[in-house]
Amino acid sequence: MRLNLKIWRQESGQASGRFVDYMVENISHDSSFLEMLDTLNEELIKKNDLPVSFDHDCREGICGMCSLVINGEPHGPEKATTTCQLHMRHFRDGDTITIEPWRANAFPVVKDLVTDRSAFDSIMQAGGFITARTGSAVDANEIPIAKGIADKAMDAAACIGCGACVAACPNASAMLFTGAKVSHLNRLPQGKPEKERRSILMVSAMDKAGFGGCTNIGACESVCPKSINLDVISHLNRDYQGASMKRIFHF
Amino acid sequence: MAFTGVVLVLFVMGHMLGNLLIFVGPNTLNAYAYKLHSIPDSIMTLIRLSLLLAVVVHIWMAVLLTIANKKAKPRFYKTKVRSTYASRTMRMSGFILLSFIIFHILHYTVRIVPTMEYNNKIVFSKISGISNYVPLYKGDRPVIEYDELVHTFNVYDMLIHGFKNSYVSFFYVLSVGLLCLHLAHGISSIFQTFGLRNSIWKVWLSRFAWTYGLIIFIGFASIPLAIQLNVLKYSWQNTDEGSKISKLIDLER
Amino acid sequence: MNLDPKIPEGPLSQKWSNHKFNMRLVNPANRRKYNIIVVGSGLAGSSAAASLAEQGYNVSCFCYQDSPRRAHSIAAQGGINAAKNYQNDGDSIQRLFYDTIKGGDYRSREANVYRLAEVSSNIIDQCVAQGVPFAREYGGLLANRSFGGAQVSRTFYARGQTGQQLLLGAYSSLNRQIGAGKVKMYTRHEMLDLVLIHGHAKGIIVRNLITGKISRHAADCVVLASGGYGNVFYLSTNAQGCNVTATFRAFKRGAGFANPCFTQIHPTCIPVHGEDQAKLTLMSESLRNDGRVWVPKSKAVAEKIRSGILDPNSLAECDRDYYLERKYPSFGNLAPRDISSRSANEVCLEGRGVASTGLGVYLDFRDAISRDGEQVIRERYGNLFEMYNRITGEDPYCKPMMIFPAVHYTMGGLWVDYNLQSTIPGLFVAGEANFSDHGANRLGASALMQGLADGYFVIPYTVGNYLGELGISQAGFNDIKSEAFSSTESEVIKRLEDLISIKGTRSPRSFHKELGKIIWDHCGMERSRKSLEEAIQKLDKLKIDFEKDLRVVGHSKTLNAELERAGRVSDFIGFGQLMCRDALMREESCGGHFRKEYQTNEGEALRDDSKYAFVGVWEFLGDGEEPKMHKEPLCFENVQLGTRSYK
Ligand SMILES: Cc1cc2nc3c(=O)[nH]c(=O)nc-3n(C[C@H](O)[C@H](O)[C@H](O)COP(=O)(O)OP(=O)(O)OC[C@H]3O[C@@H](n4cnc5c(N)ncnc54)[C@H](O)[C@@H]3O)c2cc1C
Ligand code: HEM
Ligand code: HEM
Ligand code: SF4
Ligand code: F3S
Ligand code: FES
Repeated sequence: MRLNLKIWRQESGQASGRFVDYMVENISHDSSFLEMLDTLNEELIKKNDLPVSFDHDCREGICGMCSLVINGEPHGPEKATTTCQLHMRHFRDGDTITIEPWRANAFPVVKDLVTDRSAFDSIMQAGGFITARTGSAVDANEIPIAKGIADKAMDAAACIGCGACVAACPNASAMLFTGAKVSHLNRLPQGKPEKERRSILMVSAMDKAGFGGCTNIGACESVCPKSINLDVISHLNRDYQGASMKRIFHF
Repeated sequence: MAFTGVVLVLFVMGHMLGNLLIFVGPNTLNAYAYKLHSIPDSIMTLIRLSLLLAVVVHIWMAVLLTIANKKAKPRFYKTKVRSTYASRTMRMSGFILLSFIIFHILHYTVRIVPTMEYNNKIVFSKISGISNYVPLYKGDRPVIEYDELVHTFNVYDMLIHGFKNSYVSFFYVLSVGLLCLHLAHGISSIFQTFGLRNSIWKVWLSRFAWTYGLIIFIGFASIPLAIQLNVLKYSWQNTDEGSKISKLIDLER
Repeated sequence: MNLDPKIPEGPLSQKWSNHKFNMRLVNPANRRKYNIIVVGSGLAGSSAAASLAEQGYNVSCFCYQDSPRRAHSIAAQGGINAAKNYQNDGDSIQRLFYDTIKGGDYRSREANVYRLAEVSSNIIDQCVAQGVPFAREYGGLLANRSFGGAQVSRTFYARGQTGQQLLLGAYSSLNRQIGAGKVKMYTRHEMLDLVLIHGHAKGIIVRNLITGKISRHAADCVVLASGGYGNVFYLSTNAQGCNVTATFRAFKRGAGFANPCFTQIHPTCIPVHGEDQAKLTLMSESLRNDGRVWVPKSKAVAEKIRSGILDPNSLAECDRDYYLERKYPSFGNLAPRDISSRSANEVCLEGRGVASTGLGVYLDFRDAISRDGEQVIRERYGNLFEMYNRITGEDPYCKPMMIFPAVHYTMGGLWVDYNLQSTIPGLFVAGEANFSDHGANRLGASALMQGLADGYFVIPYTVGNYLGELGISQAGFNDIKSEAFSSTESEVIKRLEDLISIKGTRSPRSFHKELGKIIWDHCGMERSRKSLEEAIQKLDKLKIDFEKDLRVVGHSKTLNAELERAGRVSDFIGFGQLMCRDALMREESCGGHFRKEYQTNEGEALRDDSKYAFVGVWEFLGDGEEPKMHKEPLCFENVQLGTRSYK
């Protein structure tokens, strides 16, 4: 398969970037998208050109490191699929593919297609945890949790922190990510004691990190590789408003 | 935002139902308008102020949100956003609604839009042959208070007159169309914002929102359309009514 | 080289509690005076860093990814073992201990393994308290499943994402400490060397992967939790960035490297598609609970299937060879990893493989689907089936899945004593990076257990003990201006500049591929004296080529993935030689190490306890010198050495 690529090249965070055209040939249908980029990079190295920088690690759709906006869609055209799990059989010979980094001010570009997503970590550090000192836990079965609740918490916990939701959202809002975290932790009995504090701290950390506000567009949900849905945002809104009311009226 | 949204959503429904009285007949509509206006000034001001507040806060929040969101997204690249048209165009529909509301209030509340000279007694009398204050009826009996026949502003004719202008009518229909779009996203969005939506409810809520929006659209749009299509006519042209009016006018003299 | 394992006195079941009692404590007020470096933010690193910070120490934690949550522990699917006996099926600490020793083919240290089994229960408690959403039953209590090679159900799991959920738990604890200012997190920083002061580990040299800046970090002790070295095979189930650099550098600074040849091949991975493949994907072993492994009985049929003429579903029962069920009737499809892997390799070598490359066997769910219904299977394995479908484009609900073995875990690692301290004082090693608990083969679902046991329950005590022994007068070491730091740093810088200045013609990846092929072919599922000697020669040559012909484009003052890979590959080449030497030395077959020369008539591994019941620990003697092997004898006082039999 032969492909034309339009790839965003940007030397560093400060430099300005631009699209550069490349062509790759002999790409197997069974290759993954990143293997296709590997091939391109090997070609570039042969020509003594700088290879394209992009983030990746596990290459099995779980670490959340890979990114890329492919033809305008974060993680490319396949539903519920990370870029590393996107395979070239979904493209056709001769296609032109545009590849860009995530774009959001909270995720500044580091180089080429690599962005800095540490803003997500800052949200987590504000309250994305259950305070449980090592060694202080009771026997695991002393906290029975209805299967339904455990399953829902698990649905939300599946978020891999990739940032595609932010990239897709026209407001660069991190509500889906934050909602997923809150929905996971606030649902569980272990997470209840810190529920209000967590909701408020995480939302304010999110605002502080420079993410936009949610206007319920829903684009985030449709690109999420782990099918996290808008329910988590609803959940976050509910808990956040409840917590704010309690604060305001000193309940 | 969602709080003000709720206020506005409820207001437009009430407002529409009130306005639909136009189809019942001039007397009913005028009676309704009279009722509204006879609410004590203090309360009326309160209502108007809270409505105004709702609009202002709504817009203010919308502006703040828009600024913050524009700042969060540096460069809008060629994204294929998989989202609904309504959700993406909230700012546009809202902005046009704002200009509509301003126009609308100038049009019917302040009544200073040119060609609305009916406000001027003399001009209005010239076109209609009657004064713009009409006696109030309940059923077909005139309303008498303290032995006086009650006169009220002829809202009915004002509307007919206003919507005879086809540009005005078109602008109204367009605006309520956008209102419908705004609501189709907004109403479902309110539930999401309050955390009362989940993926199962979502389907029903968005149907509800669309239905609500469409009802609002049909309700409001029917009035200018009916007038453009000449289904609704000036009240004094209605011979039956007209004769009654002239009789009463005589009586008053 | 001092290989005293420092096993505490007393009966096995009391060793750990006695030891905890006898250890030195650091007074809480003094803890904040100590600094600790943790390299790695996987299960072992995150849990250690968080627990140490909770106790009051100042911790600096390093990882090469952009967030600590992305460490490769995240990829573990199957589950985590613990001797909870919630299923009332006869599990106990003793049994988990025994299974692990036996599973490791009697090449691990009893005392360590017992402690692992002992703290396993606490791990589950800890994780649940952190909000790890383990699978549950309708009654609200935790669910378990049985997992590769175990006859009790002791595996806790969170859908197919156990590793991710456990790591998120540890990461959240870590986050709490980062937020509280007790942990300073350095993401996108790669450790490139270890600094010793008077023989003690006192710091590291790291490179900021974004700016290329080299910096020095000093501390009172260093904990390495940098994961395994599976990527020496190029194609493995490990993440792209997994490397041996941190441990290999420590080895070069004097830490003993134990059992490098013990690597585990996982039987259920998705087969290779072609030359460009950069990574192999594991399918959770839990699939073997319901899937049946088979290949056609005849080579001719296999050929027809490979060329697509024949539909495997149309093959009659009598033409199928369910070889695991046939050879190991009591364990069947659940036979341990090494056995399943080798058997798959065998049938493929016989020409009965079914993937396009001939390297693949079927894992068929047809019977399970007709027995339990598609819905049940979907619930159990839905996400794994989807993953398979995404990668191969085939639907495992109607076409049997294809699998092939791939490198997955490395049992070898830096040698550590009972305190998880390496031969360098002050250098502790946790998780997959050490060699401690799995002997020659690891049981499924026990790596997660070990990483967390080390990080939550062992390191916090033993590090405290070490610091207590150092004494408070030594606390707060931060002399990064000392000679040792500057010389180590200049070596690091020189190494990087050397890589860039070679300016040859071949990319780091091409060397990595070549290295991987040599290791897989010569030191993979089957090894022999001949193949290993050949490998060592080939690696010598590869090393020379690498030093002559490497091309790293770009410079070192920026994000440069090629430079990163070049550094890692250079360490992998050196390490590959060590691995082959170790495999050559060990003239027996045990666990993941199968020497062709040492097998029974039936083709089973032939262990030699009289000669090889020891840990082989390698000491670095200088570049160009052959490393020296030391032995830590293994004594078994509580288990009887038996022949592993899964017939
Ligand atoms: C696909 C897959 C599935 C698995 N499934 C299971 C399972 O079901 N059950 C089970 O028990 N085990 C499983 N395992 C094994 C288990 O996941 C690992 O052994 C274990 O998670 C290792 O944890 P760790 O903390 O030691 O290392 P890792 O999680 O690999 O963490 C290594 C850390 O070190 C950092 N690091 C590495 N090198 C450097 C450097 N030079 N400088 C700075 N930082 C560095 C990395 O950034 C990372 O943070 C699986 C493994 C794989 C690959
Ligand atoms: C006057 C000019 C108006 C402007 C500029 C405007 C703008 C906006 C904007 C930008 C939003 C944000 C989108 C979102 O949060 O989902 C919004 C939401 C909304 N608007 Fe308006 N709007 C206007 C008038 C109206 C009117 C007249 C109504 C009702 C009749 C209305 C009802 C709503 C509702 C219900 C929402 C959703 C609130 C939420 O989910 O938080 N708006 N509007
Ligand atoms: C065909 C459609 C409409 C008709 C016939 C109509 C008619 C009127 C009339 C007659 C008044 C004056 C009431 C009075 O002062 O006695 C009025 C006021 C008002 N209308 Fe409408 N309207 C229409 C649509 C709308 C829409 C779509 C909106 C909002 C989105 C709206 C918002 C208002 C507001 C805010 C006022 C001022 C209320 C007040 O002064 O208290 N109207 N309308
Ligand atoms: S919510 Fe989905 S898109 Fe967003 S970070 Fe998590 S996994 Fe990625
Ligand atoms: S796309 Fe953005 S606006 Fe909200 S619903 Fe998703 S975060
Ligand atoms: S590389 Fe890990 S999710 Fe894609």
